[in-house]
Amino acid sequence: MLRLEHVNAGYGDIQVLWDVSFRVKGNEFVVLVGANGAGKSTIMRVISSLISPTSGEVWFEDQRLDQVPPYKIIDLGIAHVPEARQLFPEMTVLENLELGSLSPKAKAHRKETLKWVMELFPRLNERQKQLAGTLSGGEQQMCAIARGLMSRPKMMIFDEPSLGLSPLLTQEIFRLVQRIHGEGVTLLMVEQNVKQTLAICDRAYVLENGRVVLEGKGKELLENEQVKQAFLGI
Amino acid sequence: MDVFIQTMVSGILIGGIYALVGLGMTLIMGVMRIINLAHGQLMMVAMYITFVLYEYFNIDPYFSLLVSMPALFLLGVLIQKYLLNPLLRIESIIPQNQILMTVGVAMVLTEVMRFIFQSDYKSVKTPYSSAVLYISSIAFNFPMLIAFGIAMLLTAGLFFFLLKTDTGKSVRATAQNKDAALLLGVNAEWITQLTYGLGAALAAAAGTLLLPIYYLYPDVGGPFTLKAFIITVLGGLGSTVGAIMGGLVLGVAESLGATYISMALKDAVGMVIFVLVLVFMPGGLKTLTKV
Ligand SMILES: Nc1ncnc2c1ncn2[C@@H]1O[C@H](COP(=O)(O)OP(=O)(O)OP(=O)(O)O)[C@@H](O)[C@H]1O
Ligand SMILES: [Mg+2]
Repeated sequence: MLRLEHVNAGYGDIQVLWDVSFRVKGNEFVVLVGANGAGKSTIMRVISSLISPTSGEVWFEDQRLDQVPPYKIIDLGIAHVPEARQLFPEMTVLENLELGSLSPKAKAHRKETLKWVMELFPRLNERQKQLAGTLSGGEQQMCAIARGLMSRPKMMIFDEPSLGLSPLLTQEIFRLVQRIHGEGVTLLMVEQNVKQTLAICDRAYVLENGRVVLEGKGKELLENEQVKQAFLGI
Repeated sequence: MDVFIQTMVSGILIGGIYALVGLGMTLIMGVMRIINLAHGQLMMVAMYITFVLYEYFNIDPYFSLLVSMPALFLLGVLIQKYLLNPLLRIESIIPQNQILMTVGVAMVLTEVMRFIFQSDYKSVKTPYSSAVLYISSIAFNFPMLIAFGIAMLLTAGLFFFLLKTDTGKSVRATAQNKDAALLLGVNAEWITQLTYGLGAALAAAAGTLLLPIYYLYPDVGGPFTLKAFIITVLGGLGSTVGAIMGGLVLGVAESLGATYISMALKDAVGMVIFVLVLVFMPGGLKTLTKV
């Protein structure tokens, strides 16, 4: 469904991604793990076309994403839930969610989608009129995920949804992510909670200094010596 | 006492028009994070359009809003698209250079108008230019009253647009977090053009509404750019509600200054208020509404 082929990318003169290739198949739940600064968020931005690769190709179904402007990506069916939420702080929860369904197709179903999303996130339902900037960290993350769902995406990409959350809330977010996967949405997720995410995902890629160094089934990687040493502190 | 009430009334009426000027600049400030130093000059162009329509085609200034606003909207979109946005594509150019570009735009607009119309003072004298409405002993200058009414309608329209429509919400979203807006499918570049166009159209409305009670010459833009800047800072840089309050405060301050100090010093009073607000309320008037 999603394919990166030999992608090199960076910011200005600084190259961050080196010959990155990977793929996510339809209905899969794939995780990217890597240390701080490995380039995980950069990969997400390349997929969303916020950054253009200097070479290589990004494909989604039969579309080349790297030649599409960033604001057209969501229409193709990819919802990006960015690192650190990136809500519109001075707008209400409801307005934030509405902005998730701007395309004519999503707008036509806005009411039903809103109802469905509010059932998934009862906490947001109670806070529809509250300014997003005044939500707690966990609520903000839920709002960011809910906003992504409002476009009825085929695929969602999550950038560290557990960032800054307590272990308990992290559990809750992961349960929601699995539930979304259960609804047939293909997932690509970046996470620091390596142990938990490897346990729930289908496949994972390990990124080191902007290069893909390992790939495998989640449970297999959990047993991998290299992964154990680098991420699990064993 | 009557003099005081009269002064306040005149101040509030002119303040309504100032609010339009300030709102336009504030919108541009909020979305593009630049001070539009061509704002008063855009207003001046709209005043000349209104003048020409009245002088040569006998069109009432209030009807020419229907021409001056769309014309300036278009001019604003073109300025943003072809002069301001290209500057952003070159990484070594700092955003402040967009501000320098607006200074250039201001100069070109002024000189083009001077070339066409020379430096003479012009004015539009409608039959109702000096009509006055009395409520007990307070005089309401008729064109000012109409101008205030239209300014309020336009302001209400702008708020409806920003608060209730998807495009308006996209404008606010782009101002608050451009990358997030892009991810949600907002064409941020088009939003910048739309915003500059709207700002220019609001300036146009203010210019057209002011013409029957004001006079016109190519350099009239400069003082209004300064006023718009004061209002925007008074309002708290980027706050629309603040801009309305800033406009009213400036109008009343100038009016009080003209009555109680001296006509010649009325602009100085505006500057003094400006400095006082900066010193005592650095966040601008919007801090008053944040309960
Ligand atoms: N806007 C930017 N300009 C210049 N360099 C950047 C920019 N954003 C990120 N970088 C650099 O790119 C590298 C990769 O950053 P990236 O955000 O992709 O890392 P990450 O794997 O997501 O890290 P984290 O786990 O901390 O979120 C880092 O060295 C970072 O300093
Ligand atoms: Mg990151």
